[in-house]
Amino acid sequence: MSGTFVGMPGFPAFPSAAREAVHDTTLRGNLRHATHTIRAKRAKAVAEVSDWAELREAGKRIKDHTLRHLDHYLVRLEESVTAAGGTVHWAADADEANRIVTGLVRETGESEVVKVKSMATQEIELNEALEAAGIHAYETDLAELIVQLGRDRPSHILVPAIHRNRGEIRDIFAREMGDWGRPAPEGLTDTPAGLAEAARLHLREKFLRAKVGVSGANFMVAETGTLVVVESEGNGRMCLTLPETLISVVGIEKIVPTWRDLEVFLQTLPRSSTAERMNPYTSTWTGTTDADGPRAFHLVLLDNGRTDTLADEVGRQALRCIRCSACLNVCPVYERAGGHAYGSVYPGPIGAILSPQLRGTASEIDASLPYASSLCGACYEVCPVAIDIPEVLVHLRERVVEGGEVTRGGNKVVLRPAKGHAAERAAMRAARWAFTRPGALRTGQRLASRTRRLHPRTLPGPGRAWSGTRDLPPVPAEPFRDWWQRTRGGNDVKGTAG
Amino acid sequence: MSSRERILGRVRRALADVPKDDTPYERAVAREYLREHGQRTVAETMDLLAENLADYRAIVHRTDAAGLAGTVAGLLSARGASSVLVPPGLDEAWLARTGVTRVADRAESTPRELDRVDSVVTACAVAVAETGTIVLDGSPDQGRRRITLVPDHHICVVRAAQVVPSVPYALERLDPSRPLTWISGPSATSDIELDRVEGVHGPRTLEVVLVG
Repeated sequence: MSGTFVGMPGFPAFPSAAREAVHDTTLRGNLRHATHTIRAKRAKAVAEVSDWAELREAGKRIKDHTLRHLDHYLVRLEESVTAAGGTVHWAADADEANRIVTGLVRETGESEVVKVKSMATQEIELNEALEAAGIHAYETDLAELIVQLGRDRPSHILVPAIHRNRGEIRDIFAREMGDWGRPAPEGLTDTPAGLAEAARLHLREKFLRAKVGVSGANFMVAETGTLVVVESEGNGRMCLTLPETLISVVGIEKIVPTWRDLEVFLQTLPRSSTAERMNPYTSTWTGTTDADGPRAFHLVLLDNGRTDTLADEVGRQALRCIRCSACLNVCPVYERAGGHAYGSVYPGPIGAILSPQLRGTASEIDASLPYASSLCGACYEVCPVAIDIPEVLVHLRERVVEGGEVTRGGNKVVLRPAKGHAAERAAMRAARWAFTRPGALRTGQRLASRTRRLHPRTLPGPGRAWSGTRDLPPVPAEPFRDWWQRTRGGNDVKGTAG
Repeated sequence: MSSRERILGRVRRALADVPKDDTPYERAVAREYLREHGQRTVAETMDLLAENLADYRAIVHRTDAAGLAGTVAGLLSARGASSVLVPPGLDEAWLARTGVTRVADRAESTPRELDRVDSVVTACAVAVAETGTIVLDGSPDQGRRRITLVPDHHICVVRAAQVVPSVPYALERLDPSRPLTWISGPSATSDIELDRVEGVHGPRTLEVVLVG
């Protein structure tokens, strides 16, 4: 990966960002309401289909198979998109993707683009790159519009403005819309219907004059060259069909082999994300079609750390993700800390495993993300493609603490153990030493028991951070080994059988 | 080296652990899920479609072939529509009872012109009962994708033979080389405190006429 994309520079590590967020009572209220509502609705939508477990297994296997043969399917996709009249571009990193898109927009002679909500373009910070080239990018998803007008950052994969309540949104619209185009109507209230209407009027002007649309894609079908965008509002349909040129930036992991594979994901994605049987609009297109939709279609295939993630046999399962965000809504850590604390466009449990793999663990925030979890396992339970997020979290923690061989920018490099984990490593070394010396362990345990009344409530020195948010476990009055010896050591016939 | 070669090279190196004779696609993907959820007669499938469409706030009307023209005329009139977009291959008989000004679906018409039209009437390619979805594939009786997007009122006619029980059946019937639009209820958003609001950018009113 290029050295230029460092995610969100200057962001504090997760613990300090989260500490601030949990003291924001409005934010916590907005988040609790949203995550609990969607959690309950999702459970109901999933319960409607009796074969959820089988669909989940099929989704997992389709994605795993595709990832294991990604080179084959990428080449196949390129052939089929090209045959259907599209042009395929390859971008190794964010810089290259931004250069390609900027160049394509410039060739059209236009200075503005309308955008469908897309995680990939947020990841590469395309809007900023276009702005630097004098091209205005307008977000057209309602939530993305709220974020853009509020000069804010998205905090959720599915509902990026989940951290804002209606009053805050009204104020942003009333204050900012005029600077971006059609102002908000006089007397704008904070009813959701009124706010949606203001967005409709504001954006319709942009849709009707737009010559260039930019999107991502939920799926790409290798066999047919078809791209799929799943949405609700119709802003996606506007951007995908009204402009003359369409540019789609899509991560290379979004491939499925066959048209038929969509039958799995079009059942699991809507139910897992918005808790609907089906989202209001799904658009599929294959290259270009005469007189219907854009005359030019460009597909930018984005690596940006994905091949590095693929090289990790444990971590590669994160690339199965279909961005449904179910894991965010069940996560007790996300619910309290909010999406911004993750310092990444991918927040929540999936972000905690995806970001440190896409970006590496060199920065403080990325090294802290594998710890942004209680390992409760709820994220794994709800994942429609069965990503074992806790397994990857533990794997990444080990990498942060111990270092070791990883792939960065396509090359094998040896990571040094991260700073700040010296105490953890020292404790593990000490434990290893003690556990291999029974005599020393016994002496230590007895000593600990006898001095238990003198133990502090919090740990001193580097242990302070750990005990700052936890109660120290009490030391028992008698070590287990002593208790065993005293009560039935050596006398229990059943216990020694065999 | 081009980025294409660089990325493909990285993928191949990353997959060094995958054996050459890895399980092929057909066997790697278990399809033990159901083709459809439950067994239904044709009539029951139609009922389920109507129920699920209505659940997502589409307005559902039921009629037979003889009543269709009257139903369509009545809907346009109730809406107060003064103009209606008509795809080139729409069955003439469907609009026989209405006097509303017809606007042809032409390649040259600008989005602004479409924005001035009140309603649009189309057929569909497939309808999915389990999810309450209609699918348009741009055939002559459905027209370009944008005509069902820009006007605020969409009337879609679904014939019994076009109804399938589930998503797997729908995909089987559709041609991926055509541009497809799957519609489940009218345009909607839940971005503000997860309160569902109908009608953001697409038509705010979707009326589905089930025939048969």
